[in-house]
Amino acid sequence: MFNYNFRWNQALNSLPRMLEGALVTMEIALLSMAIGVSVAILLTLCRLSGNRILSAIATTWVEIARNTPALFQIYMAHFGLGGFGIHLSPYVSLLIGIAFNNAGYLAENFRGALKAIPETQTRAGRSLGLSQLQAFRHIILPQMLRIAFLPMTNQMVWAILMTSLGAVVAMNTDLYGVTSDLNARTFRTFELFAIAAVIFYVITKAITLSARLIAARLFRY
Amino acid sequence: MFDTALTMNDLIFLAKGAGITLIVTAIAVFFGTILGVIFGVFRFQVGPIWAAPLTFVLDVFRSIPLLIQLVLANAFVTTVLGWRVTGFSWNVTGFVVACGVLSLYTAAYCSEIVRGGVEAVPPNLRRAARSLGLSWGQEMTSVTAPMAVRVALPSWIGLSLGVMKDSSLVFIIGVVELLRSTQVLITRLQEPLFLLMVCGAFYFLISFPIARFGGYLERRWTYD
Repeated sequence: MFNYNFRWNQALNSLPRMLEGALVTMEIALLSMAIGVSVAILLTLCRLSGNRILSAIATTWVEIARNTPALFQIYMAHFGLGGFGIHLSPYVSLLIGIAFNNAGYLAENFRGALKAIPETQTRAGRSLGLSQLQAFRHIILPQMLRIAFLPMTNQMVWAILMTSLGAVVAMNTDLYGVTSDLNARTFRTFELFAIAAVIFYVITKAITLSARLIAARLFRY
Repeated sequence: MFDTALTMNDLIFLAKGAGITLIVTAIAVFFGTILGVIFGVFRFQVGPIWAAPLTFVLDVFRSIPLLIQLVLANAFVTTVLGWRVTGFSWNVTGFVVACGVLSLYTAAYCSEIVRGGVEAVPPNLRRAARSLGLSWGQEMTSVTAPMAVRVALPSWIGLSLGVMKDSSLVFIIGVVELLRSTQVLITRLQEPLFLLMVCGAFYFLISFPIARFGGYLERRWTYD
């Protein structure tokens, strides 16, 4: 049918290396998500603080993260910071780029979630003797994370997909990097990338499924 | 002739890259929206069980990195099928593949938005329209569509902007769009920071006002 010989064996032989790459991909995604959530909470606090400078910084961060391509952000983390004399390894700059992007999107999700929580709750907490920060930490934050759980799952999937953008900073240990490395040696482009696509699909499905299980367990009441 | 300063030609080169970014985005959003509306209405109309195969295929487009979709599609078209357009100074095959993949990618997200919009129209309203004698098509275009658009438009604007940002990935199959042309210039001028700022500012200036407009519509229409 096609004037092309598929050689799946050759590509399948390199499956172990690609699976190692998949582990690195998941590691980057998880780390970037952890950093992203913490920074997003900080950004949300900055926006809530009422301090003009802090909330301006937070708004700038969110708008830049949401209005420029993720590829640009990663490129900036590698070559842009390089312009300041800060030279980062591909791994670190990829991580920073994705975490920056995650934080921006998550902060916006958190803001949406905050709208669903009545403001009177903070005041009730305050009148019970909690400080502003305590009220946020014990009353608002748990509800906020709960409402934003689904968007956070989506963002996690996005983080997995974004790791492939490491190609632009010569990252060669994640799944995409390993695949393109193997491709450069064997020229089995279609076979190798088809396998990588299947691995990515399985990872994202596993994440969505486990998030659903976690949600069922956490949000029983 | 080696010039290491920014010249007029470089700016024209950048503008061409920006043009490619906008053209690819426009084509992808245009065809993606048409396909997305068809898929979305189809999925709503036949119910989740019969639409399962389509849902699965569209879900694949959302679960695999766009970069890999592009590489796969390009490898399939150029090596497996062996279609190559030669004789042009620019990469026609890559451009067509990029537009095709981005259109399907847009369609996958758009069908979800359209389905959400149609589902937001109260079923009783649609039944009332049908009982007044409107045909399915008439009811769809003059009752459901105007109401669904209200729900779906803000997300659709967000999607279009997302596609514009994702169109920066088509560099992988040799299409020189804005970010790629910036990279080329960086290699020559060795001024990464300045050029990246210009590139980022371009994306930001297009994306930000439209995103704000989308947010405005969303706020306004939720309380109407």
